[in-house]
Amino acid sequence: MNTRPTTQELQTKAKEIRRHIIRMLAKAGSGHPGGSLSATDLLVALYYGKLRHDPKNPKWTERDRFVLSKGHGCPALYAILAEMGYFPISELDTLRQFGSRLQGHPDMKRTPGIEISSGSLGHGLSAGAGMAMAARIDGLDYRVYVMLGDGEVEEGQVWEAAMAAGHYKLDNLCAILDNNGLQIDGPIHDVMSPLPLLEKWDAFGWHVIHIDGHNMAQILEAYDRAEAIKGKPTIIIAKTVKGKGVSFMENQVDWHGKAPTPEQAEKALAELV
Amino acid sequence: MTVTTPKQQQQPVKKEATRDAYGQALLELGETNKNIVVLDADLAKSTTTLKFGKKFPERFFDMGVAEANMMNTAAGLATCGKIPFVSTFCIFATGRAWEQVRSTICYSGLNVKIAATHGGVAVGADGSSHQSIEDFALMSSIPTMTVIEPCDSIETRKAIKAVVDHQGPVYIRLGRSPSPVITEESTPFEIGKANVLREGKDVTIAACGIMVPNALKAAEDLSARGIEATVINLHTIKPLDRKTLVTYARRTGAVVTAEQHVLEGGLSSAVALALAREYPVPMEAVGIDNRFGQSGDPELLFKEYHLTPDDILQAALRAYGRK
Ligand SMILES: Cc1ncc(C[n+]2csc(CCOP(=O)(O)OP(=O)(O)O)c2C)c(N)n1
Ligand SMILES: [Mg+2]
Repeated sequence: MNTRPTTQELQTKAKEIRRHIIRMLAKAGSGHPGGSLSATDLLVALYYGKLRHDPKNPKWTERDRFVLSKGHGCPALYAILAEMGYFPISELDTLRQFGSRLQGHPDMKRTPGIEISSGSLGHGLSAGAGMAMAARIDGLDYRVYVMLGDGEVEEGQVWEAAMAAGHYKLDNLCAILDNNGLQIDGPIHDVMSPLPLLEKWDAFGWHVIHIDGHNMAQILEAYDRAEAIKGKPTIIIAKTVKGKGVSFMENQVDWHGKAPTPEQAEKALAELV
Repeated sequence: MTVTTPKQQQQPVKKEATRDAYGQALLELGETNKNIVVLDADLAKSTTTLKFGKKFPERFFDMGVAEANMMNTAAGLATCGKIPFVSTFCIFATGRAWEQVRSTICYSGLNVKIAATHGGVAVGADGSSHQSIEDFALMSSIPTMTVIEPCDSIETRKAIKAVVDHQGPVYIRLGRSPSPVITEESTPFEIGKANVLREGKDVTIAACGIMVPNALKAAEDLSARGIEATVINLHTIKPLDRKTLVTYARRTGAVVTAEQHVLEGGLSSAVALALAREYPVPMEAVGIDNRFGQSGDPELLFKEYHLTPDDILQAALRAYGRK
């Protein structure tokens, strides 16, 4: 990134992305709005304000990598990739349809800009650690970012990966935890509490940063601080609101995995102006 | 197909474990191919990857006792152009981490090589928890996966080299215990291309792994009884060399399979499907029939689970009799 957009510009972009998400899901008739909307600001700040990448050359060896381990949040990622020119914006209308490059969950073989296929929760941090290890072997300075859900971290494999990244001191690896407090069956602390998060990650040898995941200035600063931390990986625990930006979806567990009706979509879009 | 003559069985046969050949092959290939990286899950001594680890420490990662994480770490490395070899025991590689192999490695089309050791009941004393008899089924059922079991140490070295040159995910099953060396340096090896080790007109025995020497022994004993058997080394369980199989099914009119695996989803299933579709002939299968393994000397276990040359011979007689 040569010139970093202002937080104002990022907020405007995030609104645009949220509008895409609503339209895509309404058109598809299925998908996951809650976790897409909670992750939007984190992803917009990452792609527009931090990531070293080139939409015209998605396989550029020295690019930073982003892994969406909580793959069900892909509408947010697809919208950003389209806006940045990885593929035509018009393709967003094909989400989840037969023959589409935009599968229900990320598919690296079909979609430019997707670094690894995901959808089965718990896999992505390991893969990101592998990418970070490859950078080290090759003496390259790219960074690897992995977004996790706060329900996802109930998966044992996440902690295997946390242990390994801590052990190998992968300071080119940065996890972003979308801490929206909800999973499918309810609030995380009711279903299967992964708390306390800070102490756990700290104990696994990670540097932990807490932020408001909807505050662009805080997000950008966290990405920069994470890069400056040497000798250990960093996790940014970002407090977010599931369904953020659409009043009737916010903090509603039922909006995890269902699409808005045309009327609901219209109502949502009216809020996102 | 290739027809080769195996070493004379009368001579005292040299024995070598395929896992040792694997460790040796990695050492040699690692020298020339800097993209090879090796991951192990706290079994580097047993799988023999430690040799590679000592020589190329910057390209070796012990991932601890955490197989699922190891599998997906390899996936990440592969996205960056590395050729990861992932090793642990067969049962942990294919069972514990199956969905990681399926959804992240194979679905992404990643160039990860799962080279696992301690296949089959030949593991011996460690017992059922360590004896992988379902791994062909687990790995073969994944779209795009290639599944190989070399028949001896010489073939293992060639197979590892071929696996490096092959683009895409591969599962290769290796053995713990020393087993007869029956091929020569000059015996060809190509993934997906069966080797015909012996030609006979009466019955075809198709085997993989260390069941191949047993199949050869059975063929000799059959010959003494006036029945001439073809022996095919089907080292690649998937994709199966249907052409060679069907050619010999046609010539001999009866087929026997032999594998150190349950009868469901392994070599016999693959052969049966191919024959049923293309050229049905009487077929018998030597394999493990709906049982778990147990502790014991491999030789005793082969008797207990009906995997001996004599079991193959009896099956061949049955298939022959059904013609
Ligand atoms: C291994 C696995 N188990 C179950 C699911 C089904 N699933 C999809 S999303 C989800 C809840 C995830 O919650 P969280 O990580 O908090 O996601 P977010 O709140 O960000 O949407 C579950 C259980 C899955 N995709 N993968
Ligand atoms: Mg959540």
